[in-house]
Amino acid sequence: MYLNATFIAQMVVFFILGWFTMKFVWPPLMKALDDRAKKIADGLEAAEQGKQALDASSRQAADEVDKARNRAAEIISQAEKRSVQMIEEAKGAAREEGNREKAAAKAEIDQEAGRAREALRDQVAALVVAGAEKILRREINAQAHTELLSQLKKEI
Amino acid sequence: MAAEAPNASEYIVHHLTHLTNKSQIAIIDMSVINFDTLFWSILMGLTGCIVMWSVARSVTSGVPGRFQAGVELLVEMVNEQARSIIPVEESRKFVAPLAMTVFVWVALMNSLDFLPVDLPSKILALTGLDHSIHFHRIVPTADLNGTLGMALGVLTLMIYYNIKIKHASGFIHELFCAPFGSHPLLWPANLLLNLIEYVAKTVSLGMRLFGNMYAGELIFMLIALLGATATWWGFGLHLVAGTVWAIFHILIVLLQAFIFMMLTLVYVGQAHEGH
Repeated sequence: MYLNATFIAQMVVFFILGWFTMKFVWPPLMKALDDRAKKIADGLEAAEQGKQALDASSRQAADEVDKARNRAAEIISQAEKRSVQMIEEAKGAAREEGNREKAAAKAEIDQEAGRAREALRDQVAALVVAGAEKILRREINAQAHTELLSQLKKEI
Repeated sequence: MAAEAPNASEYIVHHLTHLTNKSQIAIIDMSVINFDTLFWSILMGLTGCIVMWSVARSVTSGVPGRFQAGVELLVEMVNEQARSIIPVEESRKFVAPLAMTVFVWVALMNSLDFLPVDLPSKILALTGLDHSIHFHRIVPTADLNGTLGMALGVLTLMIYYNIKIKHASGFIHELFCAPFGSHPLLWPANLLLNLIEYVAKTVSLGMRLFGNMYAGELIFMLIALLGATATWWGFGLHLVAGTVWAIFHILIVLLQAFIFMMLTLVYVGQAHEGH
């Protein structure tokens, strides 16, 4: 517990060590700490911005999906309308076609009937002529009686 | 060591005697120097500084390693304290690093107390150096010279910053006119009180650390004496008491280092305050 020159030396060491730390230890460490604080702050800010961008784009995406859904519904309803319309059109066309076929068939039938009637008339005329020949038992001058015969034909 | 085993008081006296250039008789003798105190204090100071320097050299602002993170924790702690205590940034540039050095340095010097009290003398005996180095104390903070030297360093800083912040005229004005008032009749009282304050601050700063570490060292020696009885109860008590005291001493070592650092900051901070 004696006091001696040691404490003077200790005081000098005290200042030398303090100076050393101030010069070589403290500044790089403080700089690293400040840099890291800045990095973290930047990172947080970037994360915040990223989050906002994400929010904006998900909102936009939702909008797009909504729009697409509406458009799809519109397209479907149009298609349904159009299909109904097409069915109606097809029905009309079919009905018209049927009518036309029917009319054609009727005309043909009429024609056939006319033709058959004509043939029948010819046969009847021939039969009448043959009958008349048989009745008269003589040759009729066909030429002389053509006019008479055709008149007769018409009357049948 | 003496050829025959020393008795208890010889043992204690031997362990409490410094390695000096000549034996000291007067209480204060400036021609004497304690080589052991200086050697260990400089060694611990260099160790602390070089370890911190090696961290500072390879420091990265990216992901820190564990060791770097530990040192950064310390830097951050000291910096926060300095920021809240010392208002001038220019002063912090020196005082904050100094405070960190003081903390690391004092903690390392105090930690030398954990070495077994007989280890240094045994090593000296084994290496044959005990013929030239008869006495050796390894805890520099258990030497009043070591702690008072640092306390005087703090006093120097107080006076330096007082003059730097308030200029010489302001400092002298404060010495004479605070705390009682500027009436000329009060000047002697003011000056006396201020001088007592500065002396008390310095002495208490040095004495507090010295007292704690000296007492700690002494108790370690007394515990070692228990083992020296060479009995079973002495051995058992040595083991138990040594363990308990060493664990408790970890707290004291770090606490005293922290207190010394904080008081350094507080005293320098007070030098910045005007009355």
